Amino acid sequence: MKPKDAWLATEYAEAARRVPERDAPFETLSQIPVEPLYTHEDLADFDPGAKLGYPGSFPFTRGAQASMYRGRLWTMRMFAGFGTAEQTNERFHKLLEAGQTGLSTAFDLPTLMGYDSDHPMALGEVGKCGVAVASLADMEVLFEGIDPEAITTSMTINSPANAIWAMYLAMAERKGADLAKVGGTLQNDILKEFIAQKEYIFPPAPSVKLVIDTFEWGPQVAPRFNFISVSGYHIREAGSNAVQELAFTLADGRQYVKRAIERGLDVDEFAPRISFFFNVHNDFFEEIAKFRAARRIWAHQMRDVFGAKDPRSWLLRTHAQTAGVSLTAQQPLVNVARVAIQALAGVLGGTNSLHTDAFDEALALPTEEAATLALRTQQVIAHESGVTATIDPLAGSYYLETLTDEMERQTLDYFDRIDALGGVEAAIEEGFFAREIGDASWLQQREIDGRRRLVVGVNAFEQADAGVPIQLVDPAVVEVQNRRLAAVRAEREPREAAAALEALRDAAKSGANTMPAFLRCAHAMCTLGEQMDVLRGVYGVYQEPVLI
Amino acid sequence: MTAEDARRVTDGAAQAIRVLIAKPGLDGHDRGAKVIARALRDAGMEVIYTGLRQTAEMIVSAAVQEDVDVVGLSVLSGAHMHYFREVVAGLKARGADDVLVFGGGIVPDQDRAPLEELGVGAIFTPGSSTDDVVAYVRDAVTRRGPRDA
Repeated sequence: MKPKDAWLATEYAEAARRVPERDAPFETLSQIPVEPLYTHEDLADFDPGAKLGYPGSFPFTRGAQASMYRGRLWTMRMFAGFGTAEQTNERFHKLLEAGQTGLSTAFDLPTLMGYDSDHPMALGEVGKCGVAVASLADMEVLFEGIDPEAITTSMTINSPANAIWAMYLAMAERKGADLAKVGGTLQNDILKEFIAQKEYIFPPAPSVKLVIDTFEWGPQVAPRFNFISVSGYHIREAGSNAVQELAFTLADGRQYVKRAIERGLDVDEFAPRISFFFNVHNDFFEEIAKFRAARRIWAHQMRDVFGAKDPRSWLLRTHAQTAGVSLTAQQPLVNVARVAIQALAGVLGGTNSLHTDAFDEALALPTEEAATLALRTQQVIAHESGVTATIDPLAGSYYLETLTDEMERQTLDYFDRIDALGGVEAAIEEGFFAREIGDASWLQQREIDGRRRLVVGVNAFEQADAGVPIQLVDPAVVEVQNRRLAAVRAEREPREAAAALEALRDAAKSGANTMPAFLRCAHAMCTLGEQMDVLRGVYGVYQEPVLI
Repeated sequence: MTAEDARRVTDGAAQAIRVLIAKPGLDGHDRGAKVIARALRDAGMEVIYTGLRQTAEMIVSAAVQEDVDVVGLSVLSGAHMHYFREVVAGLKARGADDVLVFGGGIVPDQDRAPLEELGVGAIFTPGSSTDDVVAYVRDAVTRRGPRDA
């Protein structure tokens, strides 16, 4: 067999003379050049023991568990939330009946930003992009008829995460659940909010302090709860490429671990409950490589940099969601194909949990039919495609392993650049991430506008389409919500509510762990807005510099 | 005002279209707003980006103070009807109803007609080309003609 270069110079060159290469970008979405062919030569120095190992063992490239999907399939966890707590509760029950195995809650913007539904800033937003939860009363309606010991729930909440988590745990306690048995995931990743999604309230330092409170408190009180889901999803949606998503997410993870160790916590106490959340975008192999590289990089960081001894601390467990930003409003049914390919990449990358987007999400929140079809897509991959029969079936692929190594290399380069700036918080304040992401998204848009990259239905194969039915949010939501809020304020024990808020203020001022005070506030029926106002008073609010 | 200043003002009005790109409400999704701001700027327009978390009132004040030709609102949270209504009404109340208003984001088809009735010029949803946005702004400003001083 002749060397690859020789083959490229002869047979391949000859073929390319007869049929010239297509005018298409032969590079990944992260601009990693893609060669015509990969062979054993590309993996000449490849050490399978060091780079791959076995699934469930260091460095976990091949998967988080030894038996992977032959044992338990990934958790099919569809993100849902709209309107009132009653409406979302009904959707939760329908998803569980359809075979979904975990819940995932989308909150509306006032909740995400720590405002009660009747605050002036909440006008027009209540129940629009998620469900409104302003107090324990809403939380109890939201999880009516759902056993918190049996069903794990993920909650996409960041700046007010401590308060919302306390409301969830208070709801579970009032149902008689044992908190040691209550599992779930809190997103609680404030760094990526500053980097990408911008749902921050307080400045970076106190925001990170609140996160570390959960690292300290969680393992003692609710040991089955992942108190953080370090998220690249939003970084990618904001316009980063896959390498930046990988690098910035893991950099955020490292930053939290550093801050927790600085507080004096034992890394092996908290690290096993750190979870992750990645995007799954269009570039099939690059996405698979990203998940495999993520596990390997994290394992090395935790063992070699942070000195974790417990193998569970080395392990990166992750949720994945297909790329909302890849969905098009044009010919929306084509999104079904995009989502299926992305979901398959997530599964081949070994994700532990998955949300598949509904085809109508470039238009509105998903209808029940569209959400069910998205769940069915996962079920087809799980039960019909055959890809779950063996673990990490693409390992050893010349191309995939080359790509995995390259993504790891570029990620470590980014770690050096971020460290040189003084860490993630300093890089945020310096505008590093805003520039990196802004430039990448601009480049992607130019490639599409210039038709260098084709997007079906957008800049190629365009066709008028008839439109699809969409989910509407009833404008009466805000009245239902505000009635319940008024009742909560009228019926609670006012002295206890005031005392609980005072205890929260004391904890925030003294630097003590805030979680016990949040739990007391939840039981005392303090509203989310009241609790966040207390913290706004102590910590101040953050305004980012405006950069285009 | 010196002659030089006066010349710059008239030339400026004739040459560079002034655009305010705004993010109303609590929504933090700023990718689209920033990409559009950059595309319009690259096309030679003068672009002001408000940054996040603006009330309708803040947007109207900025539009009047900056004397813009066009306001582009980006809303992905579903609150678009509320904010477009408020901004259009606010501009009218300040006598600036010749400022063109357009928008982008997650806006379902059935909301297009009511938005048009409000006087919103165009709505760009995911998958729109920045070239189309640039062409729209240019055409719309040309069709409207110069603004009253």
